[in-house]
Amino acid sequence: MPAVTRTELVALIVAATDDVLDTIGDEARAPLDETTRLFGEGGVLDSMGLVTLVIDVEQRLNSRYALTLRLADERAMSRRSSPFRRIDTLADYILTLISEHHG
Amino acid sequence: MGDRPVAFVTGSRTGLGRALAEDFLRRGYAVEGCSRSPAEWTADGYVHHEADVTDESAVTRLVLDIARRHDRLDVAVNNAGGASMNHMLLTPVATLDRLLATHVRGTFLVSRECAKVMQHRKSGRIVNISSVAVPLRLEGEAAYGTAKAAVEHLTRVMAREFAPFGITCNAVAPAPTDTALLRGVPPHKIEDILARLALHRMGRPEDVVHVVAFLTQPASACITGQVIYLGGA
Repeated sequence: MPAVTRTELVALIVAATDDVLDTIGDEARAPLDETTRLFGEGGVLDSMGLVTLVIDVEQRLNSRYALTLRLADERAMSRRSSPFRRIDTLADYILTLISEHHG
Repeated sequence: MGDRPVAFVTGSRTGLGRALAEDFLRRGYAVEGCSRSPAEWTADGYVHHEADVTDESAVTRLVLDIARRHDRLDVAVNNAGGASMNHMLLTPVATLDRLLATHVRGTFLVSRECAKVMQHRKSGRIVNISSVAVPLRLEGEAAYGTAKAAVEHLTRVMAREFAPFGITCNAVAPAPTDTALLRGVPPHKIEDILARLALHRMGRPEDVVHVVAFLTQPASACITGQVIYLGGA
């Protein structure tokens, strides 16, 4: 399994989010970075957009890094502070999953 | 992405699953199938996987493998499953657990992972196999009928949740059909069930194949969340 850095993860999530927003047709958005809020108040995605993003990120992790991770696991869904709220929190959550499953 | 459509059929080692897989092949699909043990048949365009549909990791790996090799998935048919006929007072809870696992957990996992692949093309067809045991509320099939009732509910909810992705979800509920599933069921029990249907004849695998072919054709894009009962249940 290739090593994956936090910077690479942020770039992967930014690219995936860009693709989802392109599909939705949101042309007038600000550039995305790790502080971009994904979901909730001020978020760039609605609930269906978030579902699509989670699937897309899982598949990119598998095709690029041979990682088989399920991002929407019980822990993620029950956290008071959702790991899906921002690009950086999602990247950090994925790093945690990688260290637990493949570390 | 290949031009050839791809169908995934669970429980394709024998019986109805095999008939469904062979029909997809005849209609020009590449077909991927699975069962817990090796297939008893081979064909050009058919790939068999040994996998348990109740195993989340195995299902995820299998569907990712299909997506990697074909870069598309057009149809998934949740056919895997067993049956058990017994009075509820004589039914071990292990039987209930086993049937719920295969029918409900298996259908849930396979549908979830397949929909993740299908949503890329905003198109897909999921067909679940139910049973007339649900509307007939058959005595002696408390565990099996309950599992199939859950499959029907799951079908209707998936239809709504997957609709934004262009994926339809329907179910076909066969009458008692002459396959291995019915081995061990006393003939008089089958006669009792047939007597409660509008058509008093045994189902044939081709009855189900016909409906699955109808539901999976492009022109059926508007049909979702439906359960089609065969035999006039």
